[in-house]
Amino acid sequence: MNAATPMPREGTAIVSPAAGAPTVTLSGISRRYGRQLAVDGVDLTLLPGECVGLVGHNGAGKSTLIKLMLGLVAPTAGRIRVLGAEPGSRAAALARAEIGYLPENVALSPSLTGAETLAFYARLKRQPVQANSGLLDRVGLIDARNRRVGTYSKGMRQRLGLAQAMLGRPRLMLLDEPTTGLDPELRHAFYEILGELRRDGATVLLSSHALAELEGQVDRVVVMNRGRKVADGTLGLLRQLAAMRPRIRLRRRPHDGYDWSGWSEGPGGLIEIECGEEMLTDTLRQLPSDARDIEIVRPSLDDLYASFQREVR
Amino acid sequence: MSPIFHIALKELRDGLRNRWVLAVTVLLAALALTLAFLGSAPTGVVKVNALAVTIVSLSSLTIFLIPLVALLLSYDAIVGEIDRGTMALLLAYPLNRWQVIAGKFLGHVACLAVSTIIGYGLAGLVLAATGETDASAGSAFALMLAASVALGSVFIAIGTLVSTLVRDRGTAGGIAIGVWLVFVLLYDMGLLGLLAADQGRSVSSALLDALLLFNPTDAYRLLTLTSSNEVSGFAGLAGLGSGSALSQPALVGALLAWIVVPLGSAMVLFSRRQV
Repeated sequence: MNAATPMPREGTAIVSPAAGAPTVTLSGISRRYGRQLAVDGVDLTLLPGECVGLVGHNGAGKSTLIKLMLGLVAPTAGRIRVLGAEPGSRAAALARAEIGYLPENVALSPSLTGAETLAFYARLKRQPVQANSGLLDRVGLIDARNRRVGTYSKGMRQRLGLAQAMLGRPRLMLLDEPTTGLDPELRHAFYEILGELRRDGATVLLSSHALAELEGQVDRVVVMNRGRKVADGTLGLLRQLAAMRPRIRLRRRPHDGYDWSGWSEGPGGLIEIECGEEMLTDTLRQLPSDARDIEIVRPSLDDLYASFQREVR
Repeated sequence: MSPIFHIALKELRDGLRNRWVLAVTVLLAALALTLAFLGSAPTGVVKVNALAVTIVSLSSLTIFLIPLVALLLSYDAIVGEIDRGTMALLLAYPLNRWQVIAGKFLGHVACLAVSTIIGYGLAGLVLAATGETDASAGSAFALMLAASVALGSVFIAIGTLVSTLVRDRGTAGGIAIGVWLVFVLLYDMGLLGLLAADQGRSVSSALLDALLLFNPTDAYRLLTLTSSNEVSGFAGLAGLGSGSALSQPALVGALLAWIVVPLGSAMVLFSRRQV
Protein backbone atom coordinates (compact mmCIF):
# COMPACT_ATOMS: atom_id res chain seq x y z
CA MET A 1 0.00 0.00 0.00
CA ASN A 2 1.35 3.38 -0.91
CA ALA A 3 1.83 5.99 1.74
CA ALA A 4 -0.20 9.09 1.09
CA THR A 5 1.16 12.11 2.86
CA PRO A 6 -1.19 15.08 2.72
CA MET A 7 0.02 18.58 1.98
CA PRO A 8 0.09 21.04 4.89
CA ARG A 9 -3.37 22.43 5.31
CA GLU A 10 -3.95 26.09 4.65
CA GLY A 11 -5.02 28.39 7.42
CA THR A 12 -2.96 26.64 10.05
CA ALA A 13 -1.43 29.22 12.31
CA ILE A 14 2.27 28.50 12.41
CA VAL A 15 4.36 30.53 14.81
CA SER A 16 7.57 28.55 14.93
CA PRO A 17 10.54 30.17 13.20
CA ALA A 18 11.07 27.12 11.04
CA ALA A 19 7.58 27.49 9.62
CA GLY A 20 6.65 24.69 7.28
CA ALA A 21 9.83 22.75 7.89
CA PRO A 22 8.99 19.25 9.12
CA THR A 23 9.17 18.76 12.88
CA VAL A 24 10.07 15.11 12.49
CA THR A 25 11.52 13.26 9.52
CA LEU A 26 12.14 9.54 9.52
CA SER A 27 13.67 7.93 6.46
CA GLY A 28 14.08 4.19 6.16
CA ILE A 29 14.15 3.68 9.92
CA SER A 30 14.60 0.15 11.24
CA ARG A 31 15.16 -1.06 14.74
CA ARG A 32 16.05 -4.62 15.60
CA TYR A 33 15.89 -6.23 19.05
CA GLY A 34 17.90 -9.40 18.75
CA ARG A 35 16.14 -11.33 16.01
CA GLN A 36 12.93 -9.38 16.16
CA LEU A 37 12.44 -6.40 13.91
CA ALA A 38 10.44 -3.94 16.01
CA VAL A 39 10.44 -1.23 13.34
CA ASP A 40 11.01 -2.09 9.71
CA GLY A 41 11.88 0.55 7.10
CA VAL A 42 9.50 3.30 8.20
CA ASP A 43 9.34 6.67 6.43
CA LEU A 44 7.38 9.36 8.19
CA THR A 45 7.14 13.15 8.12
CA LEU A 46 5.35 15.21 10.74
CA LEU A 47 4.61 18.87 10.02
CA PRO A 48 4.03 21.81 12.38
CA GLY A 49 0.41 22.16 13.49
CA GLU A 50 -0.38 18.62 12.49
CA CYS A 51 -2.06 16.06 14.72
CA VAL A 52 -1.23 12.52 13.69
CA GLY A 53 -2.67 9.32 15.10
CA LEU A 54 -0.37 6.33 15.31
CA VAL A 55 -2.44 3.16 15.32
CA GLY A 56 -1.51 -0.48 15.70
CA HIS A 57 -2.01 -3.43 18.01
CA ASN A 58 0.33 -4.14 20.91
CA GLY A 59 3.82 -4.85 19.64
CA ALA A 60 3.26 -3.18 16.28
CA GLY A 61 6.17 -0.82 16.92
CA LYS A 62 4.33 2.30 18.06
CA SER A 63 6.25 2.76 21.30
CA THR A 64 9.57 1.92 19.67
CA LEU A 65 8.90 4.56 17.01
CA ILE A 66 8.32 7.17 19.71
CA LYS A 67 11.42 6.05 21.63
CA LEU A 68 13.45 6.39 18.44
CA MET A 69 12.27 9.98 18.08
CA LEU A 70 13.30 10.67 21.68
CA GLY A 71 16.72 9.09 21.20
CA LEU A 72 16.05 6.52 23.93
CA VAL A 73 16.95 3.80 21.46
CA ALA A 74 19.18 4.18 18.42
CA PRO A 75 17.98 3.03 14.99
CA THR A 76 19.64 -0.01 13.43
CA ALA A 77 19.28 1.64 10.02
CA GLY A 78 17.96 4.88 8.58
CA ARG A 79 18.00 8.57 9.46
CA ILE A 80 15.95 10.59 11.94
CA ARG A 81 15.72 14.36 12.40
CA VAL A 82 13.65 15.74 15.26
CA LEU A 83 13.38 19.53 15.60
CA GLY A 84 16.48 19.86 13.44
CA ALA A 85 18.68 17.54 15.49
CA GLU A 86 19.54 13.87 15.42
CA PRO A 87 18.03 12.21 18.53
CA GLY A 88 20.71 10.99 20.92
CA SER A 89 23.19 13.69 19.88
CA ARG A 90 24.31 16.47 22.19
CA ALA A 91 22.29 19.04 20.23
CA ALA A 92 19.19 16.89 20.74
CA ALA A 93 19.54 17.18 24.52
CA LEU A 94 18.73 20.89 24.13
CA ALA A 95 16.05 20.27 21.51
CA ARG A 96 14.24 18.05 24.00
CA ALA A 97 13.26 21.21 25.92
CA GLU A 98 10.64 21.62 23.19
CA ILE A 99 9.35 18.05 23.32
CA GLY A 100 6.55 16.87 25.56
CA TYR A 101 6.44 13.11 26.15
CA LEU A 102 3.85 10.98 27.87
CA PRO A 103 5.00 7.35 28.19
CA GLU A 104 2.66 4.42 28.08
CA ASN A 105 1.71 3.48 31.68
CA VAL A 106 3.36 6.59 33.06
CA ALA A 107 5.35 5.83 36.22
CA LEU A 108 6.02 8.61 38.70
CA SER A 109 7.77 8.68 42.04
CA PRO A 110 5.10 7.61 44.60
CA SER A 111 6.56 9.44 47.58
CA LEU A 112 6.30 12.93 46.07
CA THR A 113 3.06 14.91 45.93
CA GLY A 114 1.48 15.89 42.62
CA ALA A 115 2.65 19.48 42.96
CA GLU A 116 6.21 18.40 43.86
CA THR A 117 6.36 16.00 40.93
CA LEU A 118 5.32 18.69 38.47
CA ALA A 119 7.73 21.18 40.08
CA PHE A 120 10.58 18.70 39.65
CA TYR A 121 9.86 18.27 35.94
CA ALA A 122 9.30 22.02 35.45
CA ARG A 123 12.76 22.74 36.91
CA LEU A 124 14.35 20.14 34.64
CA LYS A 125 12.74 21.94 31.70
CA ARG A 126 13.75 25.32 33.14
CA GLN A 127 10.16 26.47 33.31
CA PRO A 128 8.73 28.76 36.02
CA VAL A 129 7.19 26.63 38.76
CA GLN A 130 4.50 29.27 39.42
CA ALA A 131 2.76 28.33 36.17
CA ASN A 132 2.21 24.79 37.45
CA SER A 133 -0.99 25.42 39.41
CA GLY A 134 -2.68 26.58 36.20
CA LEU A 135 -1.58 23.34 34.54
CA LEU A 136 -2.81 21.23 37.48
CA ASP A 137 -6.12 23.04 37.33
CA ARG A 138 -6.46 22.23 33.66
CA VAL A 139 -6.03 18.50 34.19
CA GLY A 140 -8.37 18.55 37.20
CA LEU A 141 -5.77 17.81 39.86
CA ILE A 142 -5.70 21.13 41.69
CA ASP A 143 -7.50 19.72 44.74
CA ALA A 144 -5.26 16.65 44.87
CA ARG A 145 -2.00 18.54 44.37
CA ASN A 146 -0.77 18.06 47.93
CA ARG A 147 -1.49 14.35 48.04
CA ARG A 148 1.25 11.82 47.35
CA VAL A 149 1.26 10.33 43.88
CA GLY A 150 1.21 6.87 45.49
CA THR A 151 -2.39 7.52 46.58
CA TYR A 152 -3.51 8.59 43.09
CA SER A 153 -5.80 6.49 40.91
CA LYS A 154 -4.61 5.37 37.48
CA GLY A 155 -6.57 8.15 35.79
CA MET A 156 -5.09 10.77 38.09
CA ARG A 157 -1.55 9.57 37.40
CA GLN A 158 -2.31 9.72 33.68
CA ARG A 159 -3.50 13.31 34.07
CA LEU A 160 -0.40 14.25 36.01
CA GLY A 161 1.64 12.64 33.24
CA LEU A 162 -0.25 14.74 30.74
CA ALA A 163 0.43 17.89 32.75
CA GLN A 164 4.19 17.24 32.70
CA ALA A 165 4.06 16.64 28.94
CA MET A 166 2.45 20.08 28.47
CA LEU A 167 5.13 21.92 30.46
CA GLY A 168 6.64 24.80 28.54
CA ARG A 169 4.26 24.67 25.56
CA PRO A 170 6.23 22.09 23.53
CA ARG A 171 6.56 22.21 19.74
CA LEU A 172 6.35 18.44 19.55
CA MET A 173 4.09 16.26 21.68
CA LEU A 174 4.70 12.52 21.68
CA LEU A 175 1.85 10.84 23.51
CA ASP A 176 1.87 7.07 23.97
CA GLU A 177 -1.73 5.94 24.53
CA PRO A 178 -2.64 9.20 26.26
CA THR A 179 -6.36 8.67 26.84
CA THR A 180 -6.30 5.31 28.61
CA GLY A 181 -7.79 5.76 32.05
CA LEU A 182 -9.42 9.10 31.31
CA ASP A 183 -13.16 9.46 31.75
CA PRO A 184 -15.14 10.97 28.84
CA GLU A 185 -15.20 14.45 30.34
CA LEU A 186 -11.45 14.56 30.79
CA ARG A 187 -10.94 12.98 27.40
CA HIS A 188 -12.89 15.87 25.93
CA ALA A 189 -10.79 18.37 27.91
CA PHE A 190 -7.66 16.56 26.75
CA TYR A 191 -8.54 16.92 23.07
CA GLU A 192 -9.39 20.57 23.68
CA ILE A 193 -5.91 21.15 25.09
CA LEU A 194 -4.41 19.33 22.10
CA GLY A 195 -6.40 21.62 19.79
CA GLU A 196 -4.90 24.68 21.47
CA LEU A 197 -1.38 23.33 21.14
CA ARG A 198 -1.96 22.64 17.46
CA ARG A 199 -3.23 26.16 16.84
CA ASP A 200 0.08 27.36 18.31
CA GLY A 201 1.85 25.32 15.66
CA ALA A 202 2.79 22.30 17.75
CA THR A 203 3.03 18.88 16.17
CA VAL A 204 1.11 16.17 18.03
CA LEU A 205 1.68 12.46 17.59
CA LEU A 206 -0.61 10.25 19.61
CA SER A 207 -0.65 6.51 19.57
CA SER A 208 -3.69 4.40 20.18
CA HIS A 209 -4.86 0.89 19.51
CA ALA A 210 -8.39 2.01 18.79
CA LEU A 211 -8.83 3.82 15.51
CA ALA A 212 -12.43 4.76 16.35
CA GLU A 213 -11.28 6.96 19.21
CA LEU A 214 -9.23 9.16 16.93
CA GLU A 215 -12.09 10.07 14.60
CA GLY A 216 -12.54 13.82 14.43
CA GLN A 217 -9.42 14.43 16.51
CA VAL A 218 -6.59 13.81 14.11
CA ASP A 219 -5.62 15.15 10.69
CA ARG A 220 -3.94 11.98 9.63
CA VAL A 221 -3.61 8.38 10.66
CA VAL A 222 -0.55 6.18 10.39
CA VAL A 223 -1.32 2.48 10.70
CA MET A 224 1.47 0.20 11.90
CA ASN A 225 1.55 -3.57 11.65
CA ARG A 226 4.48 -5.73 12.78
CA GLY A 227 6.91 -2.86 12.62
CA ARG A 228 5.86 -1.72 9.17
CA LYS A 229 3.84 1.29 8.14
CA VAL A 230 0.87 -0.12 6.27
CA ALA A 231 -1.17 3.04 5.76
CA ASP A 232 -0.74 6.79 6.10
CA GLY A 233 -3.41 9.34 5.27
CA THR A 234 -6.67 10.97 6.30
CA LEU A 235 -9.45 8.73 7.52
CA GLY A 236 -11.40 9.43 4.31
CA LEU A 237 -8.43 8.35 2.23
CA LEU A 238 -7.97 5.21 4.29
CA ARG A 239 -11.63 4.35 3.71
CA GLN A 240 -11.11 4.65 -0.03
CA LEU A 241 -7.93 2.62 0.05
CA ALA A 242 -9.50 -0.16 2.05
CA ALA A 243 -12.34 -0.24 -0.54
CA MET A 244 -14.85 -1.30 2.04
CA ARG A 245 -18.41 -0.93 0.84
CA PRO A 246 -21.56 -0.22 2.83
CA ARG A 247 -24.13 -3.00 3.34
CA ILE A 248 -27.91 -2.94 3.26
CA ARG A 249 -29.59 -5.00 5.93
CA LEU A 250 -33.35 -5.71 6.25
CA ARG A 251 -36.04 -8.11 7.41
CA ARG A 252 -37.97 -9.79 4.59
CA ARG A 253 -41.50 -11.18 4.59
CA PRO A 254 -41.71 -14.87 3.71
CA HIS A 255 -42.98 -15.72 0.21
CA ASP A 256 -42.87 -12.15 -1.11
CA GLY A 257 -41.90 -13.36 -4.56
CA TYR A 258 -38.87 -11.08 -4.70
CA ASP A 259 -35.57 -12.34 -6.14
CA TRP A 260 -33.23 -12.31 -3.11
CA SER A 261 -30.29 -13.93 -4.93
CA GLY A 262 -27.01 -12.31 -3.91
CA TRP A 263 -28.27 -11.62 -0.38
CA SER A 264 -26.88 -13.52 2.56
CA GLU A 265 -28.03 -14.39 6.06
CA GLY A 266 -27.19 -11.64 8.52
CA PRO A 267 -27.48 -11.42 12.27
CA GLY A 268 -30.87 -11.68 14.04
CA GLY A 269 -32.76 -13.21 11.13
CA LEU A 270 -31.95 -10.25 8.89
CA ILE A 271 -30.52 -10.58 5.41
CA GLU A 272 -27.81 -8.34 3.98
CA ILE A 273 -25.99 -7.46 0.78
CA GLU A 274 -22.78 -5.56 0.12
CA CYS A 275 -23.43 -2.66 -2.19
CA GLY A 276 -21.29 0.07 -3.77
CA GLU A 277 -22.11 3.68 -2.93
CA GLU A 278 -23.25 4.36 -6.51
CA MET A 279 -25.68 1.42 -6.50
CA LEU A 280 -27.18 2.26 -3.14
CA THR A 281 -30.22 4.32 -4.21
CA ASP A 282 -31.19 1.98 -7.09
CA THR A 283 -31.03 -1.07 -4.87
CA LEU A 284 -33.15 0.63 -2.23
CA ARG A 285 -35.72 1.80 -4.76
CA GLN A 286 -36.27 -1.73 -6.10
CA LEU A 287 -36.88 -3.32 -2.71
CA PRO A 288 -40.38 -4.77 -2.13
CA SER A 289 -42.63 -2.43 -0.16
CA ASP A 290 -43.12 -4.92 2.70
CA ALA A 291 -39.42 -5.12 3.62
CA ARG A 292 -38.90 -3.93 7.20
CA ASP A 293 -36.11 -2.70 9.50
CA ILE A 294 -34.06 -1.42 6.60
CA GLU A 295 -30.66 -0.04 7.59
CA ILE A 296 -27.47 0.93 5.81
CA VAL A 297 -24.39 -0.34 7.61
CA ARG A 298 -21.23 1.60 6.85
CA PRO A 299 -17.83 0.14 7.76
CA SER A 300 -16.81 1.38 11.18
CA LEU A 301 -13.29 2.53 11.85
CA ASP A 302 -12.65 -0.70 13.68
CA ASP A 303 -13.65 -2.65 10.54
CA LEU A 304 -11.33 -0.40 8.57
CA TYR A 305 -8.51 -1.02 10.99
CA ALA A 306 -9.11 -4.77 10.90
CA SER A 307 -8.90 -4.73 7.10
CA PHE A 308 -5.48 -3.07 7.23
CA GLN A 309 -4.27 -5.59 9.75
CA ARG A 310 -5.51 -8.47 7.57
CA GLU A 311 -3.86 -7.27 4.42
CA VAL A 312 -0.36 -7.76 5.73
CA ARG A 313 -0.79 -11.33 6.87
CA MET B 1 24.95 21.76 36.68
CA SER B 2 21.30 22.48 37.23
CA PRO B 3 19.73 19.11 36.26
CA ILE B 4 22.29 17.32 38.47
CA PHE B 5 21.24 19.44 41.43
CA HIS B 6 17.52 18.85 40.88
CA ILE B 7 17.93 15.09 40.48
CA ALA B 8 20.13 14.93 43.60
CA LEU B 9 17.58 16.93 45.57
CA LYS B 10 14.80 14.60 44.45
CA GLU B 11 16.81 11.53 45.50
CA LEU B 12 17.44 13.06 48.92
CA ARG B 13 13.79 13.94 49.32
CA ASP B 14 12.79 10.41 48.27
CA GLY B 15 15.21 9.03 50.87
CA LEU B 16 13.77 11.24 53.59
CA ARG B 17 10.17 10.52 52.59
CA ASN B 18 10.37 6.76 52.45
CA ARG B 19 12.18 6.86 55.82
CA TRP B 20 15.32 5.22 54.46
CA VAL B 21 17.45 7.97 55.95
CA LEU B 22 15.62 7.73 59.27
CA ALA B 23 16.03 3.96 59.47
CA VAL B 24 19.76 4.04 58.72
CA THR B 25 20.31 6.97 61.12
CA VAL B 26 18.59 5.10 63.94
CA LEU B 27 20.56 1.93 63.17
CA LEU B 28 23.92 3.72 63.08
CA ALA B 29 23.14 5.80 66.18
CA ALA B 30 22.04 2.75 68.17
CA LEU B 31 25.13 0.74 67.23
CA ALA B 32 27.45 3.71 67.74
CA LEU B 33 26.01 4.53 71.17
CA THR B 34 26.26 0.88 72.23
CA LEU B 35 29.88 0.72 71.13
CA ALA B 36 30.61 4.06 72.77
CA PHE B 37 29.36 2.94 76.17
CA LEU B 38 30.72 -0.58 76.00
CA GLY B 39 33.99 0.66 74.62
CA SER B 40 34.42 3.35 77.26
CA ALA B 41 33.71 1.04 80.19
CA PRO B 42 37.37 0.16 80.81
CA THR B 43 38.63 3.70 80.28
CA GLY B 44 37.77 4.72 83.81
CA VAL B 45 40.42 2.34 85.03
CA VAL B 46 43.25 2.91 82.61
CA LYS B 47 42.57 6.61 82.04
CA VAL B 48 42.64 6.62 78.31
CA ASN B 49 40.63 8.69 75.92
CA ALA B 50 37.12 7.33 75.49
CA LEU B 51 36.71 8.97 72.10
CA ALA B 52 39.87 7.33 70.77
CA VAL B 53 38.59 3.90 71.76
CA THR B 54 35.25 4.64 70.16
CA ILE B 55 36.90 5.67 66.90
CA VAL B 56 38.57 2.27 66.69
CA SER B 57 35.35 0.34 67.30
CA LEU B 58 33.25 2.63 65.08
CA SER B 59 35.73 2.22 62.22
CA SER B 60 35.38 -1.55 62.39
CA LEU B 61 31.62 -1.17 62.41
CA THR B 62 31.79 1.18 59.44
CA ILE B 63 33.82 -1.24 57.36
CA PHE B 64 31.07 -3.84 57.66
CA LEU B 65 27.98 -1.73 57.66
CA ILE B 66 28.53 1.35 55.49
CA PRO B 67 29.48 -0.53 52.27
CA LEU B 68 26.41 -2.74 52.67
CA VAL B 69 24.09 0.21 53.27
CA ALA B 70 25.64 2.14 50.37
CA LEU B 71 25.27 -0.79 47.96
CA LEU B 72 21.67 -1.40 49.01
CA LEU B 73 20.94 2.27 48.40
CA SER B 74 22.50 2.45 44.96
CA TYR B 75 22.15 -0.93 43.22
CA ASP B 76 18.60 -0.03 42.16
CA ALA B 77 19.42 3.51 41.01
CA ILE B 78 19.49 2.97 37.24
CA VAL B 79 18.10 -0.50 36.55
CA GLY B 80 15.18 0.09 38.92
CA GLU B 81 14.13 3.29 37.18
CA ILE B 82 14.41 1.63 33.78
CA ASP B 83 12.30 -1.24 35.11
CA ARG B 84 9.60 1.05 36.48
CA GLY B 85 9.56 3.15 33.31
CA THR B 86 10.51 6.41 34.99
CA MET B 87 13.88 6.55 33.23
CA ALA B 88 12.35 6.90 29.76
CA LEU B 89 10.45 9.97 30.94
CA LEU B 90 13.47 11.46 32.67
CA LEU B 91 15.65 11.03 29.58
CA ALA B 92 13.01 12.76 27.45
CA TYR B 93 13.92 15.94 29.32
CA PRO B 94 16.65 18.34 28.21
CA LEU B 95 19.54 16.76 30.08
CA ASN B 96 22.51 14.54 29.33
CA ARG B 97 22.73 11.01 30.58
CA TRP B 98 25.91 11.55 32.60
CA GLN B 99 24.00 14.19 34.54
CA VAL B 100 21.47 11.56 35.62
CA ILE B 101 24.29 9.40 37.00
CA ALA B 102 25.94 12.38 38.71
CA GLY B 103 22.65 13.58 40.20
CA LYS B 104 21.70 10.17 41.54
CA PHE B 105 25.18 9.65 42.98
CA LEU B 106 25.18 13.00 44.77
CA GLY B 107 21.65 12.46 46.07
CA HIS B 108 22.56 9.07 47.49
CA VAL B 109 25.77 10.42 49.01
CA ALA B 110 23.70 13.15 50.66
CA CYS B 111 21.31 10.52 52.09
CA LEU B 112 24.20 8.50 53.49
CA ALA B 113 26.06 11.57 54.77
CA VAL B 114 23.01 12.78 56.70
CA SER B 115 22.58 9.35 58.31
CA THR B 116 26.27 8.88 59.14
CA ILE B 117 26.90 12.35 60.49
CA ILE B 118 23.79 12.38 62.67
CA GLY B 119 24.09 8.73 63.76
CA TYR B 120 27.80 8.77 64.60
CA GLY B 121 27.80 12.44 65.57
CA LEU B 122 25.25 11.69 68.26
CA ALA B 123 27.56 9.11 69.81
CA GLY B 124 30.48 11.54 69.60
CA LEU B 125 28.47 14.30 71.29
CA VAL B 126 27.35 11.98 74.09
CA LEU B 127 30.95 10.93 74.75
CA ALA B 128 32.19 14.50 74.64
CA ALA B 129 29.54 15.52 77.13
CA THR B 130 30.16 12.68 79.60
CA GLY B 131 33.93 12.39 79.62
CA GLU B 132 36.91 14.60 79.03
CA THR B 133 38.27 14.51 75.52
CA ASP B 134 41.12 16.40 73.99
CA ALA B 135 41.24 18.28 70.73
CA SER B 136 43.32 15.69 68.89
CA ALA B 137 40.70 12.98 69.54
CA GLY B 138 38.03 15.41 68.34
CA SER B 139 39.79 16.01 65.05
CA ALA B 140 40.42 12.27 64.66
CA PHE B 141 36.69 11.71 65.15
CA ALA B 142 35.89 14.33 62.49
CA LEU B 143 38.33 12.66 60.13
CA MET B 144 36.68 9.31 60.82
CA LEU B 145 33.27 10.80 59.96
CA ALA B 146 34.58 12.27 56.70
CA ALA B 147 36.34 9.03 55.77
CA SER B 148 33.17 7.03 56.52
CA VAL B 149 31.18 9.20 54.14
CA ALA B 150 33.97 8.80 51.56
CA LEU B 151 33.89 5.01 51.98
CA GLY B 152 30.12 5.10 51.54
CA SER B 153 30.56 7.20 48.38
CA VAL B 154 32.97 4.59 46.98
CA PHE B 155 30.37 1.87 47.37
CA ILE B 156 27.57 4.09 46.07
CA ALA B 157 29.71 4.65 42.96
CA ILE B 158 30.30 0.89 42.62
CA GLY B 159 26.61 0.17 43.19
CA THR B 160 25.64 2.71 40.54
CA LEU B 161 28.05 1.07 38.10
CA VAL B 162 26.51 -2.35 38.83
CA SER B 163 23.06 -0.84 38.32
CA THR B 164 24.12 0.48 34.91
CA LEU B 165 25.65 -2.82 33.80
CA VAL B 166 22.78 -5.26 34.29
CA ARG B 167 19.32 -5.65 32.77
CA ASP B 168 17.56 -7.03 35.82
CA ARG B 169 17.07 -5.70 39.35
CA GLY B 170 17.57 -9.11 40.93
CA THR B 171 20.93 -9.53 39.19
CA ALA B 172 21.99 -6.09 40.36
CA GLY B 173 21.11 -7.00 43.96
CA GLY B 174 23.04 -10.26 43.74
CA ILE B 175 26.13 -8.59 42.30
CA ALA B 176 25.94 -5.88 44.97
CA ILE B 177 26.02 -8.51 47.74
CA GLY B 178 28.91 -10.22 45.94
CA VAL B 179 30.85 -6.94 45.79
CA TRP B 180 30.29 -6.48 49.50
CA LEU B 181 31.52 -9.99 50.30
CA VAL B 182 34.65 -9.59 48.19
CA PHE B 183 35.75 -6.21 49.50
CA VAL B 184 34.71 -6.61 53.12
CA LEU B 185 35.54 -10.25 53.83
CA LEU B 186 37.22 -12.24 51.08
CA TYR B 187 39.88 -9.78 49.94
CA ASP B 188 41.41 -9.38 53.38
CA MET B 189 41.19 -13.09 54.08
CA GLY B 190 42.97 -13.77 50.82
CA LEU B 191 45.59 -11.16 51.59
CA LEU B 192 46.17 -12.62 55.04
CA GLY B 193 46.47 -16.10 53.56
CA LEU B 194 48.95 -14.83 51.01
CA LEU B 195 51.11 -13.18 53.65
CA ALA B 196 51.06 -16.25 55.88
CA ALA B 197 51.97 -18.59 53.05
CA ASP B 198 54.62 -16.28 51.66
CA GLN B 199 56.43 -15.79 54.99
CA GLY B 200 57.79 -12.45 53.76
CA ARG B 201 59.83 -13.96 50.94
CA SER B 202 58.44 -12.31 47.83
CA VAL B 203 55.70 -9.97 49.09
CA SER B 204 57.59 -6.77 49.78
CA SER B 205 56.28 -3.94 51.86
CA ALA B 206 55.68 -1.89 48.69
CA LEU B 207 53.64 -4.66 47.12
CA LEU B 208 51.58 -4.99 50.28
CA ASP B 209 50.91 -1.24 50.18
CA ALA B 210 49.72 -1.50 46.60
CA LEU B 211 47.50 -4.46 47.45
CA LEU B 212 45.97 -2.51 50.32
CA LEU B 213 45.10 0.37 47.98
CA PHE B 214 43.24 -2.03 45.70
CA ASN B 215 40.63 -2.47 48.37
CA PRO B 216 38.80 0.71 49.42
CA THR B 217 37.95 -0.72 52.85
CA ASP B 218 41.68 -1.23 53.56
CA ALA B 219 42.44 2.30 52.48
CA TYR B 220 39.70 3.48 54.83
CA ARG B 221 41.05 1.37 57.70
CA LEU B 222 44.56 2.73 57.31
CA LEU B 223 43.26 6.27 56.98
CA THR B 224 41.17 6.29 60.15
CA LEU B 225 43.16 3.95 62.39
CA THR B 226 46.47 5.69 61.86
CA SER B 227 44.97 9.16 62.17
CA SER B 228 46.57 9.76 65.57
CA ASN B 229 49.15 7.90 67.64
CA GLU B 230 46.63 7.23 70.35
CA VAL B 231 44.11 5.69 67.95
CA SER B 232 46.64 3.54 66.13
CA GLY B 233 47.93 2.32 69.46
CA PHE B 234 44.50 1.00 70.39
CA ALA B 235 43.90 -0.43 66.99
CA GLY B 236 47.09 -2.44 67.15
CA LEU B 237 47.99 -0.93 63.84
CA ALA B 238 50.98 1.03 65.06
CA GLY B 239 53.29 -1.55 63.47
CA LEU B 240 51.52 -1.64 60.14
CA GLY B 241 51.08 2.13 60.13
CA SER B 242 54.79 2.82 60.65
CA GLY B 243 55.91 0.07 58.29
CA SER B 244 53.70 1.34 55.52
CA ALA B 245 54.89 4.02 53.15
CA LEU B 246 51.30 5.05 52.48
CA SER B 247 50.76 8.66 53.41
CA GLN B 248 47.41 10.21 54.15
CA PRO B 249 47.24 11.93 50.73
CA ALA B 250 47.90 8.58 49.02
CA LEU B 251 45.06 6.94 50.96
CA VAL B 252 42.68 9.82 50.25
CA GLY B 253 43.73 9.65 46.61
CA ALA B 254 42.95 5.92 46.54
CA LEU B 255 39.47 6.50 47.93
CA LEU B 256 38.87 9.30 45.40
CA ALA B 257 40.02 7.05 42.56
CA TRP B 258 37.62 4.40 43.83
CA ILE B 259 34.83 6.95 43.43
CA VAL B 260 35.88 8.51 40.13
CA VAL B 261 36.66 5.34 38.16
CA PRO B 262 33.38 3.43 38.78
CA LEU B 263 31.31 6.57 38.42
CA GLY B 264 33.04 7.57 35.17
CA SER B 265 32.58 4.06 33.79
CA ALA B 266 28.91 4.17 34.75
CA MET B 267 28.51 7.46 32.86
CA VAL B 268 30.17 6.11 29.71
CA LEU B 269 28.19 2.86 29.81
CA PHE B 270 24.89 4.55 30.50
CA SER B 271 25.27 6.96 27.59
CA ARG B 272 25.55 3.93 25.27
CA ARG B 273 22.77 1.94 26.86
CA GLN B 274 19.38 1.49 25.20
CA VAL B 275 16.55 2.31 27.56
